[in-house]
Amino acid sequence: MGSLLNVSDLTVRFPTRFGEFTAIEGINLSLEPGEIHGLVGESGAGKSTIGAAIIGLIQAPGYIAQGRVELHGKDLRALTQAEYHKLRGAKISMIFQDPQTSLNPLLTIEDQLVETIRQHSDVSYNEARKQSISLLKETGIQDAAARMDEYPHQFSGGMRQRVVIALALCTNPDLIIADEPTTALDVAIQKQILALIRQLARDRGVGFVLITHDIGVIAEITDSVSVLRGGKLMEEGATQQVLGAPDHDYTKALMAAVPRLDEKLERFANIMSEAPTLSTPELAWRVQGASDQFASDWLLRGERPDAHDGPVLSVRNLDVTFYSSRPFSWGKKNGFTALDNISLDVQPGQVLGVIGESGSGKSTLAKAIVGLLRPTAGEILFNGSPLPLGRDRARAHPVRRKIQMVFQDPYSSLNNRRKIEDIIGEPIRFFGLADSAAQRRRIVASVLELVEMPQRAMLKFPHQFSGGQRQRIAVARALVARPEFLICDEPTSALDVSIQAQILNLLKDLQARFGLSILFISHNLAVVRQMSDHVVVLKRGQLVESSAAESFFANPTHDYSKLLLNDTPSLELIAS
Amino acid sequence: MLAYWRRIKIENEMLYLFLNNRVAQVAAVIAILSVFGALFAPIIAPTDPYDLASFDILDSFLPPAWVDQGDPRFLIGTDDQGRDLLSSIMYGTRLSLLVGLSSVAFAAVLGTSLGLAAGYIGGRFDAAVMRIADVQLSLPAILTALLVDGVARGILPREQHEDLLLVVLTVAIGLSLWVNFARTARASTFVERNKEYVQAAEIMGLHPVRIMAVAILPNILGPLMVIGTIDLAVAILLEATLSFLGVGVPPNQPSLGTLIRIGTEYIFSGEWWIVIFPSMTLIIMIVSVNILGDFFRTVLNPRLR
Repeated sequence: MGSLLNVSDLTVRFPTRFGEFTAIEGINLSLEPGEIHGLVGESGAGKSTIGAAIIGLIQAPGYIAQGRVELHGKDLRALTQAEYHKLRGAKISMIFQDPQTSLNPLLTIEDQLVETIRQHSDVSYNEARKQSISLLKETGIQDAAARMDEYPHQFSGGMRQRVVIALALCTNPDLIIADEPTTALDVAIQKQILALIRQLARDRGVGFVLITHDIGVIAEITDSVSVLRGGKLMEEGATQQVLGAPDHDYTKALMAAVPRLDEKLERFANIMSEAPTLSTPELAWRVQGASDQFASDWLLRGERPDAHDGPVLSVRNLDVTFYSSRPFSWGKKNGFTALDNISLDVQPGQVLGVIGESGSGKSTLAKAIVGLLRPTAGEILFNGSPLPLGRDRARAHPVRRKIQMVFQDPYSSLNNRRKIEDIIGEPIRFFGLADSAAQRRRIVASVLELVEMPQRAMLKFPHQFSGGQRQRIAVARALVARPEFLICDEPTSALDVSIQAQILNLLKDLQARFGLSILFISHNLAVVRQMSDHVVVLKRGQLVESSAAESFFANPTHDYSKLLLNDTPSLELIAS
Repeated sequence: MLAYWRRIKIENEMLYLFLNNRVAQVAAVIAILSVFGALFAPIIAPTDPYDLASFDILDSFLPPAWVDQGDPRFLIGTDDQGRDLLSSIMYGTRLSLLVGLSSVAFAAVLGTSLGLAAGYIGGRFDAAVMRIADVQLSLPAILTALLVDGVARGILPREQHEDLLLVVLTVAIGLSLWVNFARTARASTFVERNKEYVQAAEIMGLHPVRIMAVAILPNILGPLMVIGTIDLAVAILLEATLSFLGVGVPPNQPSLGTLIRIGTEYIFSGEWWIVIFPSMTLIIMIVSVNILGDFFRTVLNPRLR
């Protein structure tokens, strides 16, 4: 029994038109002052619902069906709405995921902090202001007194999250629920924010419930952890013990799916299959003559790359500058340099990993290669010959087939109003790769099987599939064009780790089978490590390091690379 | 069958919300009744107001059947020429709906294609289209309609005039309504254009027309449907207004507007039914169509729920 918070047998249900949906069931949780308890699980595990249930803000029409929530031994469920309202903020605070939206953009930091303090305690404005400044200082904001007058947009993402934390601390709460507090931040900032949370727990004795999907974060700062799946508690205990020597099969599978930073695995083993067991009629539906083998043969039958030594793709001195529109035509052009003098090579059959934080120009690089935007200078060579840039590239240019792309967000990269058959069939139709509609159908069905989807999927629409399945479909769409070169722009960052592991396995298999050259873009070093033969690091549009993957992860040369590697939360911490 | 219905009832979101929205159901019933009455007017109407032999000037100004001096042959009375008002309203609704639907279709095709292209192509084309739309918007709808109507009357020879009247009305009303479609289509296209599925199509090198028609258009149909329903009501109202002003359909073809115009001349001499019943029909029809449009908007935009 924890002396700060006790949750026992908590069940939350949501009535929907499909019937009662049980979001969480029989959850137990206890917390001591100063303890950081992690809730980890994949999307739909009910992590956020637990947080909402503790703070009493479950979205209508959801309700707590049974169980107890006790703070300092007092039953919170017995409170009236008005009493709960007083308690929120005073005893329990919350930190949200996105610092962009959790601060009011129209009020200064001072207004927001002072208002919150005076709401809960009877102090003068000046007293409240003094408290706010000391809070901001405590959360690590430099020059706090001067920055009080600023608006949220004048702070960077990490600073803004510090302000949010200061706001949560305003009323001196005993318990803070942090819902994915670092998910929207870059690794370096994430490290600082996590350190701040750790320090607050230690110095102030605040209990934290830390909700996250990232096992690295859990490993880095929590004392104890609950592993959740589908609203049920899988395993619970001290972090060291749960992650170091997992008991439950799910925890083991989850751990196996986390990409490791310390070694490159051939493929992820022991991961869960995507849950729903397909009914037999679903699998029995087949297109005549379609098979995995057929897809493989068909894809390999395509023209092979010309025997050309040297890199498939070379980027030479590429500059991309975005100009904002000028108020007057004689005004000075203001440019933002997104890419500055980038040169890189992708060798045939190899995977080049591109690492960078947000704003480093990773996606701009991909867009410049595929011709979606026009570089200001430099050239791009494909199989040794220069490619027309931007709009100069004709619609019928052969390279449009040879370079294909897999996008980050599988929810927006597939057209929701078209059937899967049409989505995958479009490149076949457009590039004239099939002689007849029947053959096209056969290819679509076969390629679906190749990416481990049932053939029947071709009759459905994208919204009927999960994120991971959608990403498989997106991969299939890229494959049917018979590309020589594939660009993957953060292909797994929108997916849960177990799904990520499956997609990475799939990409590895396909790459080995068809000898594809891949440009693999990611902010996640561990993922890049698992995929790449060669690595380049981008920082604010500049290429700071380029080296073979093994030597990069063993001995990064550039300071920035070292910093990145050092800041990435990883599982090795458990061992220490 | 029953099990199928039960499953569909839950899974189809629009149907589910419809079955739980009494107001929308009533509006749908009224809208369907109006369309039904209008479509089958020649079959179910007691008399044919176009057939000069079927009415008698001696029957003029008869009040509704339940009033003193009422004639059971004419349920809601007759107008100044002795035509049965109920039949006139049914035929009038038919004409009003026809003009309304065709002008909304005209406006939808024109506005959507311009808005879609403006949103997708952007730049100068976008600026040009949108400035034209702004000019159009600064002209009251009724003025646009009067202008087209006047120009058509001037250009066309008199004998063709009657035949082309419906087309003129359609163009006149359609021209004043296309801006709504264009703006909505453009705004939605801006959102869709930056989505990755459009980029995927662009990387492949698909023709812009195909990208617009096959990729983007189906994804922006939702809000356009809402505009369509709401504008249908506006179009019917405009038609009635034009006819009321005497520049719409000719007086020998009863539309709701002409009936109301005829009625206003007699409202002070005690023949209230000639103006009241066509007006009621118009109001009820417009309100129900508007409620349906509102329902669609709520269904298609989850944030309003």
